[in-house]
Amino acid sequence: MSRRAGTAALLAALLLAALFPLAVARPAWQNTAILMLMAAQLGVAWNILGGYAGQVSLGHAAFFGTGAYVSSLLSMRLGLSPWLGMLAGALVASAFAVVVGWPCFRLKGHYFAMATIAVVEIVQAVVNGWERLGGAVGLYLPLAETGFGGFVFNRSKLPYYYIALALLVLTLAVNWLVARSRTGYYLRAIKDEPDAARSLGVSLTRYKLQAIALSAALAAMGGTLYAQKELFIDPGSTLSTSLSIKMSLVAILGGVGTLFGPVIGAAVLTAVEEGSRVIFGGTGRGTDLVVYGLLIVLFAVYQPAGIMGWITGRWLGPRAERPEEEP
Amino acid sequence: MTPLLEVERLTKRFGGLTANEDVSFTVGEGEIAGLIGPNGAGKTTVFNSLAGFFAPSAGSIRFRGEEIAGLPPEAVAARGVARTFQIVRIFKGMTVLENVLVGALLRHRAVPDAVARAREALRFTGLERRAADPAGRLTVAEQKRLEVTRALATEPRLLLLDEVMAGLTAAEVQDAVEMVRRIRDRGIACVVVEHVMEGIMPIADRMLVLERGRLIADGPPRAIANDPAVIAAYLGEEYRAPGA
Ligand SMILES: Nc1ncnc2c1ncn2[C@@H]1O[C@H](COP(=O)(O)OP(=O)(O)O)[C@@H](O)[C@H]1O
Ligand SMILES: [Mg+2]
Repeated sequence: MSRRAGTAALLAALLLAALFPLAVARPAWQNTAILMLMAAQLGVAWNILGGYAGQVSLGHAAFFGTGAYVSSLLSMRLGLSPWLGMLAGALVASAFAVVVGWPCFRLKGHYFAMATIAVVEIVQAVVNGWERLGGAVGLYLPLAETGFGGFVFNRSKLPYYYIALALLVLTLAVNWLVARSRTGYYLRAIKDEPDAARSLGVSLTRYKLQAIALSAALAAMGGTLYAQKELFIDPGSTLSTSLSIKMSLVAILGGVGTLFGPVIGAAVLTAVEEGSRVIFGGTGRGTDLVVYGLLIVLFAVYQPAGIMGWITGRWLGPRAERPEEEP
Repeated sequence: MTPLLEVERLTKRFGGLTANEDVSFTVGEGEIAGLIGPNGAGKTTVFNSLAGFFAPSAGSIRFRGEEIAGLPPEAVAARGVARTFQIVRIFKGMTVLENVLVGALLRHRAVPDAVARAREALRFTGLERRAADPAGRLTVAEQKRLEVTRALATEPRLLLLDEVMAGLTAAEVQDAVEMVRRIRDRGIACVVVEHVMEGIMPIADRMLVLERGRLIADGPPRAIANDPAVIAAYLGEEYRAPGA
């Protein structure tokens, strides 16, 4: 695909996404679309660390939850605008990511992934027992100020749709910029051959920490959006391993290390989830995990390049492995 | 004048195994030093210590007068030492140009500048027509050349080449030898670990011979080729330096 055709396709997709809620008015469908956008945003955020740098984190809910809790607590206790809370959450999550990344990056491959599971489980346990943070019961956000300024919309879910879309576009833009920067090339080098990267002057710790800080900040912003949309957060919904796995699965399904892979992965996964809910009934977490597990195994074995692998392989011909052939 | 590289009594032990013992040598600016020895003699271990991948058990490594033993690889690279790997480690998920770009980004932080430098390096080693290809599609000879190009893109003062001629055809070896000569002509000193002595002997200013972790000879190629200890240890009766 030429650059111009790519830009045109992108603008068309954006226009379609912007017009979608006007064409589909059913609230349940709009809600599904919001969930899809939010899942896509988290997958794109996860991809910076898991896809480009190849550091598979199964603990990203810790950063998502940090965003949700920081903005909610700041608005409940100090009356801070959730928009500012979103930035504060991103900063706190970045700092937290650097603190946990430092020791975890000493571990390689599966051990790193397991350590990140431990991180999210520990954070969940701590918050569960911490009364001032709402403990296991969780936090109900006050309906004090509705409208854009207060980041609360109770008449229609539509504004959340556009905010989720804007956040996804922002996250994609950050990802795009990173991929073209010195850091982006270094991350891909670290993923392929860490020793060769070091021999060329690349500090593994420094660039992995940059990646996790950025990835965590974006995931935290998704957490704030979730809190403002649901107006209720608890450790089980925001700080869980199953949410962490979902973030990674969205990227793995779509195609790790590609810009739009997680968006496609989120669309497919959301459809599968809704479908399995219809078939198996209820919203039991059990079926979700079974579906996630099955998909991970299938893709790891049969299609490591994800859905993007099929798309680029078929539509763009052999050169498609390198969508950005010229840096 | 202090030499570019001074290695003094370098020792590296792995548990009970001593891979390098009391290895001392120097390399001057713009010099080509050949490092030879039988398999398992400890040549790659010397490189790993020089490049910061191993912390030596004892001894010192001074580069441009500064002690670098024990520094991490990225710090050694920043000081101007570049290396290739005996078993190639190219970035398979990247194009040829992107591989070299990663090297060029060390001295040129802006991506467009680094791209220009990377292209220059690719022209120098004759890989520029492969620039847009995925690195994994290169032949073995080209992959080795790509590693050299990537290392050159970091603009080193000293280049450590680990068996870049092994497994190449005779014609490819001649190309590689020519390339090493041109690298030296740019003022970059090279330490060349090699099994293909036909290649390295004619261009080396000095030869270093390792046997079971110890340096058993250090001198001009012709003297080395006729040194009875070296012949016994490694070269075998059938080999003589060209013209000797
Ligand atoms: N990382 C390591 N751990 C343990 N032993 C090693 C390691 N690297 C090399 N050795 C041992 O050190 C000796 C020298 O190996 P090496 O330097 O690779 O030799 P050469 O490059 O001359 O063939 C060998 O006996 C090898 O098994
Ligand atoms: Mg070796």
